[in-house]
This record gives sequence, C-alpha cells and structure tokens, in this order.
Amino acid sequence: MSARTDLRESARDLLAADAAKIAAVMLGIYVTYLLVGLILGYSANGMINTLQRLTFLVAIYAMVVLALNLHWGYTGLFNIGVAGFMAVGLYTMAMLAKPVEPTGGAQYPGLGLPVPIAILGGVLAAALVGFVVALPALRLRADYFAIVTIAFAEIVRLLYTASPFQEFTIFGYTMGTGGGRGILFNFQDPVVTIYRLPIFEGPVTFVNQYVEFGPADAQGVIYVGLLVVVLAGYYLLLKRTGESPFGRVLKAIREDEEATNALGKNTNAFKIKSFMLGCALMGLVGILWQFRRAGITPDAFRPHVTFYIWIALIIGGAGSNTGSILGAGIFTAGLFEGPQYLRRIIQSQISVGQPPGTFADAVGPMFALNFQPITSYLFNNMLTLQFVFMGVVLVWLMQNRPDGLLGYRTETAAAVPLGKRSDEVSETVHRADEPSETVSGTDGTSETASREDEVSDQ
Amino acid sequence: MSETVPREDEATAESERAGDDADAVLRIEDLHKNFGGITAVDGATFGVERGSMTGLIGPNGAGKSTVFNLVTGIHDPDSGSVWFQDEEITGLRPYEVANRGLVRTFQIARELANLTVMENLMLPAKAQSGEALWRSVLPGFRRQVVEEERELRERVWETLEFFEIQHLADEKASNLSGGQRKLLELSRALMLDPTMLLLDEPFAGVNPTLEKKLLEHVQQLNDEGRTFLIVEHDMDLIMNNCEHIIVMHQGQVLTEGTPADIKANEEVIEAYLGSPWPISNDTCRSISPPWSSWNDWENCSESCWP
Repeated sequence: MSARTDLRESARDLLAADAAKIAAVMLGIYVTYLLVGLILGYSANGMINTLQRLTFLVAIYAMVVLALNLHWGYTGLFNIGVAGFMAVGLYTMAMLAKPVEPTGGAQYPGLGLPVPIAILGGVLAAALVGFVVALPALRLRADYFAIVTIAFAEIVRLLYTASPFQEFTIFGYTMGTGGGRGILFNFQDPVVTIYRLPIFEGPVTFVNQYVEFGPADAQGVIYVGLLVVVLAGYYLLLKRTGESPFGRVLKAIREDEEATNALGKNTNAFKIKSFMLGCALMGLVGILWQFRRAGITPDAFRPHVTFYIWIALIIGGAGSNTGSILGAGIFTAGLFEGPQYLRRIIQSQISVGQPPGTFADAVGPMFALNFQPITSYLFNNMLTLQFVFMGVVLVWLMQNRPDGLLGYRTETAAAVPLGKRSDEVSETVHRADEPSETVSGTDGTSETASREDEVSDQ
Repeated sequence: MSETVPREDEATAESERAGDDADAVLRIEDLHKNFGGITAVDGATFGVERGSMTGLIGPNGAGKSTVFNLVTGIHDPDSGSVWFQDEEITGLRPYEVANRGLVRTFQIARELANLTVMENLMLPAKAQSGEALWRSVLPGFRRQVVEEERELRERVWETLEFFEIQHLADEKASNLSGGQRKLLELSRALMLDPTMLLLDEPFAGVNPTLEKKLLEHVQQLNDEGRTFLIVEHDMDLIMNNCEHIIVMHQGQVLTEGTPADIKANEEVIEAYLGSPWPISNDTCRSISPPWSSWNDWENCSESCWP
C-alpha cells in the first residue's frame, strides 16, 4: 500500500517537473504527427522530414518566445517589434559573412568574415540596436514603448528594402542589403562542415542501410539537433536569469517600476540590460531561422511574425520559461502547421470538389441548402482562414486563460529555495534521510542546507 | 536694486525652521513645485532632527505627499534644496536617495503584487552581487550569488519574525490584507537598513489591532535610533507619538513645534477647518473624524475645543 502511494507520489512529482511537462507535450505532438503521416501514407523519409520540420519550427519559436518572455514576462517591456530584431541579426550576419568578391549569383559583396564571427556580429548588432531603441523609450509607458518597437521593426524592414542600401560603401568596404530583391547566402554553411566530421560517418552509413538518407537530409537532422541544444542553452540561461537577484529586480520592475526605483534599484539600467539581452537572443534566432536557406528578402520579417510569437507566448503564459516552450510547441503543431495537415487529411479521405471562384459564389448556394461550394471554398482557403482561427484562439485565451494554458505559474525569483528557513530545510532533509548520517550543530545545518540549494541550482 | 534685510528675530526663526542645527538629519530649504498652473509646494522649509519621530500634518492638498516625492527624487523641485546627512540630494534619482539611507513608503501600499512576501523583502537589500547579470548566470560566479542569497534569506526571516508575519512568507503579496500590505511595505523598507524613514499615511486603512502592532514596531525602530517623518491624518496618533510636528498649509510650513504647541495654535485649526477660532458648537458637531478624535467629543461639545 505504502509502496503504491510512494509510486503515485513519485509519478505526480515527475509530472509536476517542468522537463516532464515539456517531454509529455512534445511526445503527444510527435505521436499525433506520426499518425497523420500514416494516414497520409508518408514514407519513412517523409515521416522524418515532417518531424524534422516540426522540431525545427518548435525550436525556433521556443527560442524567440523565451527571449520575448524575458522582455514582457519578466520585465514588462511590451516589445511588438520582435521581427525587426531578428532581421537585424540575420542581415548583419549575412553582410559580414558574404564574400568580398561577388561571385556567380551573389549580386552584392560582403566583408568575407568566417561564419561563426559573422553570427557573433549579428547577435551584437541586434543587442546594440536594442540599446538604441531602448534609450529614448525608457521614459515611455508600456503602450507607447510598444508603438516605438513596432515602428522600429517596420523601419528596419523598409531600410532593408530601400534601394539606397542595396549596395553601399562604408569606410572603404562595399556591401549591401540587396534591397527588395533580397540577399543571397553564398557563404560556407557551417552545418556542412559539421556533417563532414568523422564522428557522423558511422551513423549516416548505418541509417542509410534502412532509409535512403542523402547528405542534405542528414545535415538537416544534424542542424535540428544543434537547434535543440541551443534551445536548451536558452532555457538554462533564462531560467538562471529569472532565479537570481537580477531576475528579481526585473520582475519587480514588471510589477511596479516606481516602487522598485524607490527601493534603491536603478531600474533604467536593468531595463536596458534586459532589453539588450532579449534583442541579442532574438537576433540569434533570426540567424538560426533563415541562414541555411539560399537567401532572404525583407518580406520574411513582416509584422505577422511578431504576432505569431506573441500568440505562442500567450498560450504558454507570460512569465514562465517552461510555458514559453510549451506555448511554442502547441502553437507550431496546432495553429501553424496543424491546419495544413488537417486539410491534407480531409482531402485524402473525401472529395470536396472544385472550389468556386469568389466568396459570393461560395455563400450563395447555402441559401438553397447546398453546402458543397462553401465547404470546398473553405478547404481551398485554409491558409488564409488560419489567421482568423489564430485570432479567435487569441481572444479565447485572453478571456478564459489569461495566465496561459498552464494557468498561473510560480517561478521563484531567487537563487535559493525560499519556502523554508535554512535550519528548517535542514530538518526536512534530515527526516527524509533518517537512516543516513545525522549531522548536528550549526555547521552541519548549513552544510545540509547548502547541499539542497546547490541541487536546486543545477 | 533693493534687498530686504531680514530682522534678526526673523532670521533666527528662519534658521530654526530650516533645522540648521547640526543634528538635523534632513533639511529642506525653500522648496517649490508647480504642476501646470497649480502650486503644490510653495517655499517649504523645515528640518528633521536625527533620531526623532516627527509628524508632518496638514489638510488635504497642503503639499505633504509632494514634499515626500520631492525629497525622495520621484519629482524634481522647481527650486530649493534638500539635504540629507549634510549632503545635498536635490534632483537625485529615487534609487540614489534610497541607497543613501532615506527610504519611503507610499500612501497606498505599493507591494509587488505577483511576488511573494519573501521575494518582496529580498529585493531591496544592498550590495547583491547577483544583480550583475553575468554573475547570476556564469557557473563560477553563481556559487557566490547562492551563498549571498542564503545569507539574505536568513536576514529576511529575521525581519519577518520582527514584524510577526513569518506565516505570510510564501504568500503572494496580492493576497495580503490592506494592513498586512502596510506591514510588508515597512518591513521591506527596513531591508535597506535606512537611517531615516518617510512614512506616508502608514496607518490609513489599518484595523486597530494591526495599527497598534505597526505603531509598536515603529516605536521600537525609533528607539533603535532610526529617524521617522510621518504623514498621518489620525491626529490622536500623531499627537501621542511624535515629539515634533510640522504643519503644512497651501504648500508652505505653517508652523512647527511640540504636540502641545500645535494643539494650542489657532492658525492650525483655521487651516484645517477653513474658519477662524472659536467655532460654533454646530460646526464642532459637524466635524467628522479624524478631528473628532483629537479631543474627546464631550469636551468638544461643551466648550468647543480647546
């Protein structure tokens, strides 16, 4: 009986753990998509590609939502110009990495720096631009700050589109954004270099025995694996940031900036640091999101990108790092990719017929109780209707689950557990370890407490 | 160009008002503040003696809270100066003022609603190395941050015990009652180890039991040597607990002195009631608290106080 209770408690503790929540949701998503793949009759390769794309999108959205959570969830900075900071990161990186001498289809030169240094440059540029945006905006209320950020994002997009910046020379170096035609990424893909490492030879040969898996597929999988590692880095960085005196000040600013200032904290300095860090992380996401493509145009950073990121944040609940990842997973699988797969499934099972040309042609027959035209019209315009559906979900969430799907989550704003005083913590630990060593005296007390703190710190 | 030379007795009175004596921990001199066309503070000058419990009273709109805001850097004065421990702090930002040991509470408690009581109290402590982002994040430095946090946690528990609110440690601040929020604000201010506390209506909306407890804590802290400047409308409380009272009216210091001096000053009554003394019994009866509690009601209705 007692063993069963212990098991039940252990299971409950496991489910309560953040990692378990994330794993459970992702497992559910993968299983659902595998079933979808089976229904659609995908090959093994097709299944892998589907899951790879899904993981790629979840990782990208999770990272950028974590960065946005630092701004809004922790510091209360209403940033609706996320796409702009992502664009700055990517464009700066591309302009730094492109070869000095334009070759082939590469229409504009760059600085020819190694890609890792160019990535670092892109991240720093996003942080510096964040600093420039934050300075005049510090005195503004949250809603005006939001206007500044969205205006900034649009200015960035239009600057990258503008013809004067298509090609320009600065300090003797010629480079360019490519204007509306976009910029080609004709630099060495570091993932290809990683793929060529001897460590991957064996696994690739092994997989190829069972599934036809070309170099591009393998590189894709390796890249997604790298993204998951970077995502884990984002999570740990922001979790540590939140569970620290620095994060405590950020959360206090979110609650009441004036009171926090009156309690001896230079709130402007903290806001700038938080904003710059978040912008740097957004810049890196912009790079990781797009740089393996052949090129990019400024249109990829239109405001709806920011809108998507906000929906994912709201689904997970602002102020929670775990919620940010879960929100990104649910948004990507359910709202972003879901409708397209749903359409494919329905079309594979039933024939919806030829859609009418106009909305009026679709609606008119409804009055004669003929629903076929409207049904085929809706299926045909699923991607457009996706926006409407997202809006409906957003309104529902704001009304019914303003703290996110998980509800209100407490994330301690301290580097040590606060629930109990150190000596009481020690007693609890002693009781739990009863048969083991008994430490007595004040020294022992602090030792035990410190062990528990370190565990929580890991 | 003509200059008005103050008479000697006027100059002495001015000097006394400005608290020029060496023991004034806080001095404000000729402070002015306008908001649009409205003059909120119009040449206020006074000093607060080190270690004292001083009351700052006056009718609504007298400029008391604005003076607090000017002293603590929330607003910048149009002219005049503020001195704290012989250092001019005029125009400093609120965090700079607080870090010099001059800490305030607010008229309406400003608890950090979604943080717990513990987190609220851990926030203000000075010299937290973990407030540097890199120290909080990088593994080698994080250990020191954890160690400091552990020590701070102990200090917070001691403060919670002092205020007898340790049972609320894990409670979200938004769940506290109005009185508990006032206690939280005072205890949080103490985490800065202030030399002087400015309390803006600390007893407003607090039930009598909690009010008594809060007052005991304030007295105990005052006995330890901390200076208090209290804005409060409850006259009994001010008269019975402050050794010195400053009365403000229309943005200026009307008068100051001991509770007995203030009680005997007809100008004060006039400023509060808007009519010269003596007032009729009818007016006296119509006065709602807190003035009815200044003296007992029978005394008021028989002879019209004082």
